[in-house]
Amino acid sequence: MKKALAFGLLAALTAVNARADSYPQRPITMVVPFAAGGPTDIVARIVADPMSKALGQQVVIENVTGAGGTTGITRASQAAPDGYTIMMGHMGTHGAAPALFKGLKYDPATSFDPIGLAAGTPIVIVAKKAFPAPDLKSFVEAVKAGGASINQAHAGVGSVSHSTGVLFDSQIGAKPTLVVYRGTGPALNDLMAGQVDFMTDQIVNVATQINGGTIKAYAVATPERNPSLPDVPTTKEAGLPGYEVSAWNAVFAPKGLPEDVRKKLVAALDAALKDPNAKKRILELGGTVPKDGEAGPAALQKLVESEVARWTPVLRGAVEANQ
Amino acid sequence: MADLFSNLGLGFSVALGLQNIALCFLGCLVGTLIGVLPGVGPIATIAMLLPITFGLDPVGALIMLAGIYYGAQYGGSTTAILVNIPGEATSVVTTLDGHQMARQGKAGIALGTAAIASFFAGTVATLLIAALGAPLTKLALIFGPAEYFALMVMGLAFAVVLAHGSVLKAVAMILVGVLFAAVGTDLETGQERMTFGFAFLTDGVDFSVLAMGLFGIAEILRNLDQTEARDVVRERIGRLLPGLAELRQAAPATLRGTAIGAILGILPGNGAVLGPFAAYTIEKKIAKDPSRFGRGAIEGVAGPESANNAGAQTAFIPLLTLGIPPNAVMALMVGAMTIHGIIPGPGVMTKSPDLFWGMIASMWIGNLMLLIINLPLVGVWVRLLKVPYRLMFPAILMFCSVGIYSINSLPTDVMLIGFFGLMGYLLIKFGFEPAPLLLGFVLGKLMEEYLRRSLTLSRGDPMVFLERPVSAVLFIIAFAILAAALLPSLRKSRDEVFTEA
Repeated sequence: MKKALAFGLLAALTAVNARADSYPQRPITMVVPFAAGGPTDIVARIVADPMSKALGQQVVIENVTGAGGTTGITRASQAAPDGYTIMMGHMGTHGAAPALFKGLKYDPATSFDPIGLAAGTPIVIVAKKAFPAPDLKSFVEAVKAGGASINQAHAGVGSVSHSTGVLFDSQIGAKPTLVVYRGTGPALNDLMAGQVDFMTDQIVNVATQINGGTIKAYAVATPERNPSLPDVPTTKEAGLPGYEVSAWNAVFAPKGLPEDVRKKLVAALDAALKDPNAKKRILELGGTVPKDGEAGPAALQKLVESEVARWTPVLRGAVEANQ
Repeated sequence: MADLFSNLGLGFSVALGLQNIALCFLGCLVGTLIGVLPGVGPIATIAMLLPITFGLDPVGALIMLAGIYYGAQYGGSTTAILVNIPGEATSVVTTLDGHQMARQGKAGIALGTAAIASFFAGTVATLLIAALGAPLTKLALIFGPAEYFALMVMGLAFAVVLAHGSVLKAVAMILVGVLFAAVGTDLETGQERMTFGFAFLTDGVDFSVLAMGLFGIAEILRNLDQTEARDVVRERIGRLLPGLAELRQAAPATLRGTAIGAILGILPGNGAVLGPFAAYTIEKKIAKDPSRFGRGAIEGVAGPESANNAGAQTAFIPLLTLGIPPNAVMALMVGAMTIHGIIPGPGVMTKSPDLFWGMIASMWIGNLMLLIINLPLVGVWVRLLKVPYRLMFPAILMFCSVGIYSINSLPTDVMLIGFFGLMGYLLIKFGFEPAPLLLGFVLGKLMEEYLRRSLTLSRGDPMVFLERPVSAVLFIIAFAILAAALLPSLRKSRDEVFTEA
């Protein structure tokens, strides 16, 4: 009896020890705040695979959808900061959300321990095939001159196409009529059919249609051209240098991670992004992987702060004009 | 024509590879099983199985996922018939006559008819995709917001015909359904509507929650207070498969259902959801004795089931040729393709013909497998009805709760099915039918969207609905249906007035 008790005690002691220095002991949940199959989900699944290998435990994706992604992020932000719940945030949940959702229960800059940027998907300015303007400059002029007679599509308040589209309008000083869709698919359908004039959206959603010739692209909003659309100029080349925007995805954890756990997660994400297979798949989708200065927690913290500062004035104005 | 055969030849050579046949079978089997479990729909399953397909080659992975999709459509009809729970919007109509047949001891015949009608529809739809897939894409682009709005109005007119009791009550139920659809965040302004400050209502009410509550849970409650009725299902089980006479009765309905479902399935704006409703309406309208409908008419199973399956297949057309997913499952398929490095769109057919034609060929093989899997299973499912209710009800309740939780991982969804169950029970007690409510709910959301979008594009001019020819024709059909449905009941009530006087 005594022996068994001592044995049990010993086992318990080693277990405590093991927990302290060998995180992770069980699978890790990565909350994706959007539906399976969407751009954020795809990035999460591509990254989760090599992260699992680096951590030695499975990183399991849980899709918790709703309210522009804030439902999932709110829930994940309230989880215990033990490293077993992490999340894939994005431009909307950690940039645009404070301007769009009044009762937001988290602060993108202070409620999280940033782990690092995972991928960016560049924004492309696309228009219906029959739109007369030959290049970006004359397109911008046409949109400005057309006023409310121009129809701009977007995939719902808070979506990437909404935020980036409103930013585009405010930068060029145009006021087109906004036509709302539930998701990018139906918006793209009407763009192909010529029901609406233009929209701004993530490259992964529009690249095949551009290459298939059913819609046309005026510019990619990144500093460099994108390999999946080699003939499309950048906004800088085409004469609109101020419009540089990308829908980024980044890994966050609830605030208050133990230092060793935080370091392990940062290292795992770093390893995942260096994995040649993961890198190749992100690039194939037209996405970008973080450059040296963009990777890691400190850069992410800075990105979040600058994004909140960038989106808040633009979106507050747009949302108030709508109500 | 020669092209078609060489293309199909390529397709079959891909799909008949040993690995692909095995994956197709696996997908169909998993799909059937999850379709039978109430609540666990194809969306949740495909999402869960997506990572498993990472290791497979893209063609095999997509064949398996497609198998899950139409397997689940099949399985969903099984629960609709046996326990009155429609797994998806498209199997709501099957509950009307299918479950009645089960209660009359004809569950096997209903299930067999559903399986055979679906197989036939699947075969025709596969051929249609192969022969006309590319040109049919144009149809998708003719349909703008105004046309979709007109189509949805026509759908609501169908809902009135669906009801077999009072027209007034049916209209009331449709309106309640439309109201439920309005709950949630407004798409254009981001304002919350009718959420009463509850966070779980910000995205509105989920279809599966409403359907499971109103049909499944309400059915259990109703059975609990009717002690005699519940033995009826248990004791007489009858023949397992439909006989020649029954098949002959179901055949014309199957043909019409296939045609309607296939056409509506091509529309990317969720037109497929109307297929079964439209098929049911037509069967009821042209039947010699419409009063049989809602009491176990075999045409009421064959028509909607074939429309459902034909629509499920042709829904691949906008996905494969335009890259536009017509519904949530197809959106997931886009994700699956993207993960495998194939971005669906206009280029797929020329860039990866083996994938395109392989998938089409596998659809037909999948349909054949579903028939082979399902016909022997009919006996098993029917025997399930013999399980004593004290064991069956808790099991259904448990599956419903687990299933609904698995969709969004929200505990509030589980509570909501209880709430809607109670509501459904009270509605049945007061003689209101839940089917029109559900159709109003499904169409209400789409209708509002299309109405506001058409009016935004026309700058507020309602004439747009009459100026566009397709939309005008659809409106005329809608009013004709409504008039046909309302006139007899108006006349009847006048007769009643006279008899009373």
